[in-house]
Amino acid sequence: MARNGLLIDYQYCTGCQSCVVACQQEHSYPDGKWGIKVDEKVFMDPAKPDSIRIDYVPFPTEFCDLCAARRKRKERPACVKHCQAWCMYSGSLTEMVKLMEKMPRSVLYSR
Amino acid sequence: MAETSQDVKVYKMGAWSPGPGCHGGCGVEVHVQDGKVVKVEGMDDHPWYQGRACPRVLAMTQYIYHPNRLKYPLKRAGERGEGKWERISWDEAYDICEKRLREIAGKWGPESVVFTQGTGRDVGGMMTLLAYAYGSPNWTMLGLSGHSCFTPQLAAGYVMQGDFTFPDAAQFLKKRYDDPEFVVPKVTISWGSTLNRACVDHYWSGHWFIDLMKRGAKLIVIDPRCTWEATRAALWLQPRPGTDGALALAFLNVVVKENLYDKKFVEKWCHGFDKMAERVEKFTPKWASEISWVPEEKIIQAARMFAENRPSSIEIGRPVEGNPEGNQVIMNIHRLIAITGNLDVPGGNTICRSAYAVTTYPYSTEEVIQLYGADLHWKLSQKRIGADKYPLVKNFRAWAQEDAIIEQMETGKPYSIHGLWIQANNFLANQAQDTKRHYEACKKLDFNVVVEIFMTPTAQLLADIVLPAGSFPEKDSLYCIGGPLNVIRKVIDVPECKSDWEINFTLAKRLNPTAVPWKDVREMLTERMTPSGYTFEQLCDKVWDLAPKGHPCGSTPYRRYESGLLRPDKKPGFRTPTTKVELYCTSYEKWGYDPLPYYREIEPESPVKTPEIYQKYPLIMMTGRRSPVLFHSEHRQIPWLRSLDPHPIVEINPETAEEQGIENGDWVWIEGTMGKFKRKAKVTPIIHPRTIMVPHAWWLPETEGKSPYNYGIWDLNCNQLIPMGYNDASGFGGGPISGMLCKVYKA
Repeated sequence: MARNGLLIDYQYCTGCQSCVVACQQEHSYPDGKWGIKVDEKVFMDPAKPDSIRIDYVPFPTEFCDLCAARRKRKERPACVKHCQAWCMYSGSLTEMVKLMEKMPRSVLYSR
Repeated sequence: MAETSQDVKVYKMGAWSPGPGCHGGCGVEVHVQDGKVVKVEGMDDHPWYQGRACPRVLAMTQYIYHPNRLKYPLKRAGERGEGKWERISWDEAYDICEKRLREIAGKWGPESVVFTQGTGRDVGGMMTLLAYAYGSPNWTMLGLSGHSCFTPQLAAGYVMQGDFTFPDAAQFLKKRYDDPEFVVPKVTISWGSTLNRACVDHYWSGHWFIDLMKRGAKLIVIDPRCTWEATRAALWLQPRPGTDGALALAFLNVVVKENLYDKKFVEKWCHGFDKMAERVEKFTPKWASEISWVPEEKIIQAARMFAENRPSSIEIGRPVEGNPEGNQVIMNIHRLIAITGNLDVPGGNTICRSAYAVTTYPYSTEEVIQLYGADLHWKLSQKRIGADKYPLVKNFRAWAQEDAIIEQMETGKPYSIHGLWIQANNFLANQAQDTKRHYEACKKLDFNVVVEIFMTPTAQLLADIVLPAGSFPEKDSLYCIGGPLNVIRKVIDVPECKSDWEINFTLAKRLNPTAVPWKDVREMLTERMTPSGYTFEQLCDKVWDLAPKGHPCGSTPYRRYESGLLRPDKKPGFRTPTTKVELYCTSYEKWGYDPLPYYREIEPESPVKTPEIYQKYPLIMMTGRRSPVLFHSEHRQIPWLRSLDPHPIVEINPETAEEQGIENGDWVWIEGTMGKFKRKAKVTPIIHPRTIMVPHAWWLPETEGKSPYNYGIWDLNCNQLIPMGYNDASGFGGGPISGMLCKVYKA
């Protein structure tokens, strides 16, 4: 069976945390159990204060099932639907890789 | 799981309520099973957020069914602050409120009770209903000097062009970005506005910036902190906190001097360009650079980028008005928008009005009159606190002046204050500058009522009666301040909690039945909705609507000033005395204020103003950065949200931290001329080495509520270092919310 994936275009991820809570709500995960979590990476070259870069990267955990129950009902995964920056995509790996080619910075998760 | 079950009912509605602090009027789907909310999702077919949702609304189940929610009315059993409460029935609660309020009105007049609400959600509707039925002109927020939160933006828009504006992200068009009339701005400025915090500002959802950027808009960010969007912007200006006014003036200077303005628009639709041009001559980029720390060439570059790439737009964040000259700064930003031809054009800054002119919560004098009648409004305006001193307070909208209220509580002049109605307002934890002074003034009053969802420090310290309110799916209400007219509807019942509308409606009816002629809240809402043609029940089915194109409150067609859609007399032009955008502000002239642009350095402390204090306290304290998951003082008890922003932190630059031997996670004291408070250091390069950022409104609901600890507010509250009394001459503008000097050292 074709594998599915979750694609994150982190050029646009703002760290809004909607994916994190949408997932917890969807799966009734208690506090501390996450299907996806957002990491904040701040980098600055001390020699060049103008060089600050902030990246937020959501990463799925082993508790991410790509919202199998929702997909059965033809709904998008909870994180993809609620992502406020609209920078998450889900579908077959083949489709996701195609999308990825056009993105300057992205990560793909599959299971 | 619940959602796979057949008996889940899905109700579509808007979210705009003190429970939780929803501002944006997003469309949501509330999933209800067996009388309980089991899930909340975004609504795909809602134009505002198109299926997206913020973490706060996604955590609603933890909010609604939180074990520590207030579950029944409480009567104080010990002293204020002792934490002793007695459970009472709703009948008893209403009886006590009615009796005490009648006594106070009889003895000292209804004006001696002040009605204070938290930040603007539908709460302004029920507050005015109750205050005006009771006969008090004193409706306000409390704690922010001259309303430094959004009201200066309303007031500045009102005096400049008769209306306020927001950047155009096609938010007034049903098809949004696909509407053929919409044009993507070439440049958009995010001025002191953190975009990933979702809907924390009215009318504007931060992620619309992303939508615009994806469609080709270039972003300019003006922010003393390096935010995420600053790292994605075409240009980032990092000013010294509180100097936005200097930047705005220098932008005007460049645009005028380099002839970058829209001559046709200025000639036809603006009043006083020449006088303004003459005034801004001295505000050169060099002058602004010295004040603001922003390099001269960057100021020039930003001004040119904005003016030469039309359409362009500006989103004004709350910190811009959280400045003693908040009104002035925003008036100058409006001048910039107008002279560059960006006012009410596609992709520019569009004039915002509530859909179909339906209102429950008045945002302008016109709306107060629409709801309560001119006679009552002008009669009450005579006694409104601050109206005698400040013509703008008397003539614009209907908020009592915040600092003047506290002064009046202290002095009893011109009349004494005896009660506070506090609704969805946790000002002792959240916004009250010089917190102790607010507390001392309010604790002396004879009768205080708090309407809340959770017990708060403010309720513990001040309340005699606490009434438990409902969250948005527990009430019938309307979202009607701009964008779609949304229905908000009661779909669940939480025993003994009542909708805040219902609480105020019931009490207002007891106090003054003729002012509340409707049989219930729904009937009243239907009457409020008359201009839309819908009944409340019809809107429950329709869910939302935008006024059609061509309607004065539809926001399209654009350039409504050309077709006479903005003025009540239907003449072309703006809703101002001259019918023009008043670059030379005739209302200001009439009221004795400076009608032209000026700059005032932030007070009472600044590196420029008080170099001797700056030597001892070498850092500038900014406060109030938003959180993606917590809104003001709310949500500290919601597990899913708190764990994503768990600590009361202070952001410190690594260089500054190293000087003091502070490491990430250390507890530190932040000390200024007024005192000190404690925070946990977050060492990060996003903050300038000469500034710190303190997220406001921290309290710890998991700790002791009774005095003296009061959930930690006296340890953690940054407002203790911010004085009252520095609003501008108009009575508006805030205090030095991001401008006091401080030092930081290990605790």
